[in-house]
Amino acid sequence: MYYLEIYLICGCIALSSFFYGKSRIIKLAATHSKRPNSLPVFYGIYPAALAIILPAITIIIWQVCETILLDRMLLAQIPEAVKAGDDFSSSVALARIHNLVDGISVGEVEIWVSELAVKFQDWTDNSFVVMAISTLGICSAASVYALSKIAIDFRARAAVERLISNFLVLCSVVAILTTIGIVFSVIFESIRFFRLIPPLEFLTGLVWNPEFEGASRAGSGQGGIAAYGSIPLFVGTFLISFIALTVAIPIGLLSAIYLSEYASKKTRGIIKPLLEILAGIPTVVYGFFAALTIAPLFKGVGENLGLSVASESALAAGFVMGIMIIPFISSLSDDVINAVPQSLRDAALGLGSTKSESIKNVVLPAALSGIVASIILAVSRAVGETMIVVMAAGLAANLSFNPLDAVTTVTAQIVTILVGDQEFESAKTLSAFALALTLIVITLALNFVALQIVKKYREQYD
Amino acid sequence: MTEKTSQQKQTEQRLLGGLKARRAKERRFVWLGRSAIAIALIFLATLFISIGTKGIPGFFQYYVTLNVSLDASRLDPNGDMSDQSFFDGDAKKLVYEAIYAELEIKGRSDKKAARQLMSNGSDVRLVEFVKANSNLLDTVQPVKLALDDDADSYLRGFISKETPETLRRVNDKQIAFLERLEAKGLISYEISDYLFFGSASRNAEMAGIKGAFFGSIYTLFICFIIAFPLGVATAIYLEVFAPKNKITEIIEININNLAAVPSVVFGILGLAIFINIFGLPRSIPLVGGIVLALMTLPTIIISSRASIRAVPPSIKDGALGIGASEMQATFHHVVPLAIPGMLTGAIIGMAQALGETAPLLMIGMVAFIVDIPNSVTDPGTVLPVQIFMWADFAERMFIQKTSSAIIILLGFLIAMNGIAIFIRRKLERRW
Repeated sequence: MYYLEIYLICGCIALSSFFYGKSRIIKLAATHSKRPNSLPVFYGIYPAALAIILPAITIIIWQVCETILLDRMLLAQIPEAVKAGDDFSSSVALARIHNLVDGISVGEVEIWVSELAVKFQDWTDNSFVVMAISTLGICSAASVYALSKIAIDFRARAAVERLISNFLVLCSVVAILTTIGIVFSVIFESIRFFRLIPPLEFLTGLVWNPEFEGASRAGSGQGGIAAYGSIPLFVGTFLISFIALTVAIPIGLLSAIYLSEYASKKTRGIIKPLLEILAGIPTVVYGFFAALTIAPLFKGVGENLGLSVASESALAAGFVMGIMIIPFISSLSDDVINAVPQSLRDAALGLGSTKSESIKNVVLPAALSGIVASIILAVSRAVGETMIVVMAAGLAANLSFNPLDAVTTVTAQIVTILVGDQEFESAKTLSAFALALTLIVITLALNFVALQIVKKYREQYD
Repeated sequence: MTEKTSQQKQTEQRLLGGLKARRAKERRFVWLGRSAIAIALIFLATLFISIGTKGIPGFFQYYVTLNVSLDASRLDPNGDMSDQSFFDGDAKKLVYEAIYAELEIKGRSDKKAARQLMSNGSDVRLVEFVKANSNLLDTVQPVKLALDDDADSYLRGFISKETPETLRRVNDKQIAFLERLEAKGLISYEISDYLFFGSASRNAEMAGIKGAFFGSIYTLFICFIIAFPLGVATAIYLEVFAPKNKITEIIEININNLAAVPSVVFGILGLAIFINIFGLPRSIPLVGGIVLALMTLPTIIISSRASIRAVPPSIKDGALGIGASEMQATFHHVVPLAIPGMLTGAIIGMAQALGETAPLLMIGMVAFIVDIPNSVTDPGTVLPVQIFMWADFAERMFIQKTSSAIIILLGFLIAMNGIAIFIRRKLERRW
């Protein structure tokens, strides 16, 4: 395909319209002997920008629509006899046709596949020609239109600034588009999942066992094969987060208090960044550390005490996760404790309390809302954490509150289900989207609660 | 009078007694704070020491130098030095013959044991050596070749002679061979070139990070060219131009929510939208970069907004006062001053993206890919995912390799954060 040529031609048109527009306004200014409305460069930028932006938008829209439309058309062309086959999957069929077009063919190729591949090649060729013509047409039309508008009192700068402003708006819309993308991709697949498995079973079932293929066709787990009860996953998530918090809250909070109330400025300057390193270490490193160092250590200690510890225990994963979230609690709490006005401390000290008494009875209650918010944010972080759990907590969906057992979490299941090739039609794959939906709802709810707590209970001083 | 004095005394006593307890409490409290910090720092130190002690030996491995006869007719049967010709030749046999000769062995089982000492990639090494020194064909040359990972583990002392022979992966014969080679001074412990220049391999002694390294570079490149302009433009819009209305509020809430979404969810987004709907191939750095860009976008937006806000309004007002338009004042005066801060935020965001694993697992960057990616659309993997894959392998040597890869990854992260701190210290102006 000649994409590069198209880009080059559009670039040339834009460049020449830039210089033409600029020289045109200078000439116009000379003939009218009047200063133009804007600097000459704006009369060049305006047509050039239009000649780049409009074709670019055309190409992008074309590409997106082409992929989707051509696949639809291909699917419609697949013979009914093939579609009726037992193991027919539309994604696999499409992949085979695409592979043949790309020249990667494995084994024998059925006639319908090669026929459709030829058709597909035809369509893409035609589509490219149409796209090339329309892109170049739009490019020159944009340039001609913009150049025709150039006059001595044309407000070129305002026009260019409007374009920039529109571009900025467009960029900020990407954040919204991402959210919409997340929500839709998760919700659509979740709805498909809930058609196969009733939501009640998903939310209240006590057995999670999606491993058996064919379960999708048998429907729900009534046949005694696959089961999609998410309770064990949520119990596992809760258990590991709980262990993580019992490690992180005391250490994080006490460090924050010490750093903000007792430590000298110099100590604080050294220790705070050191603690924040903990948050910057990639989670895969923590996972490796948990699986290789902490889990065997706990197992050994447990065996010496006469306890049976699973080699992939919730305790090891939760403990390491707790280390990871220490800085989330310590840094945020440190900030809110620092924000408590000095006058409160002075008043408490003036009444004769010791420093620790002033902290416990005055400073902490004043900073409580912020501290609670930081803890909630740490919880949402722990719930969404993936790699440590995948590597150290195992994948066995045990319904257990015993920290020495192997448990699994929502995130770990999402990863194991979605890694590798998967059929999009099976209940197993779809269940990952339902899990992701619940995960998003939980984390967003936690963040919302944290925000509300800060807003509602923040003590206003001054 | 006397009664009151005694009451005063009593109160005084009570206070003094209480004071002692209160002071003890105070000391305990300070001590608690100190020990909390100490525990956190001990964790950090343990983590680094545990990775370091395993990872630093992983930068080295054992090699054996053998006198290999570089028989041209057998190495390069077609005589054109092409890959196909070397593939048809039997470089592997030449290596084996060299080790049989060195150990002076004849028997079948002895030969098998000796063969197993050599790395599976020895023939590739030999071919590389010949390609680089084609003038040495038809001579006998000392060639340095890697030992198999089990032999390597034995030499490191991870496999003990005391273990019963059936339970260890190196048998008595092989141990005797290794001792003979060592006595001849043929075994050397050197910096592992496989680690840096090898790509993915199931053979621990040949596995390297080159492929993952390039995959990471391509992914980060895509991530940066998408996230930085988008993030900066959004930040400029929200901070300078956005009207205070419902839509702006929705955008701001959205950005904050995106920052809170767990990273796995971005992987699901990539899988469902880019791979399933747009039909982009799996495992490519392009999709990985887009997913990571969406993930780091909030970080970049938030830090860019903060750095724009830090530019004093007087500068913009000055520009507006002498007749600049809002756009000119922003782009000619405010943004250039805010760029160091924006870059700092972007580098920190990139460091986050470099360490991210979970979303990339889902878009298939976990596939076993031997070829080094040459572009953003070649299938590849990234450093953290490589670490994840290696961590799963059972061979003893992979533990060291994993730790070495972690050290390299942490090295990059430290370097990136160092650059960010440098920019903040040197280039950021304070008013």
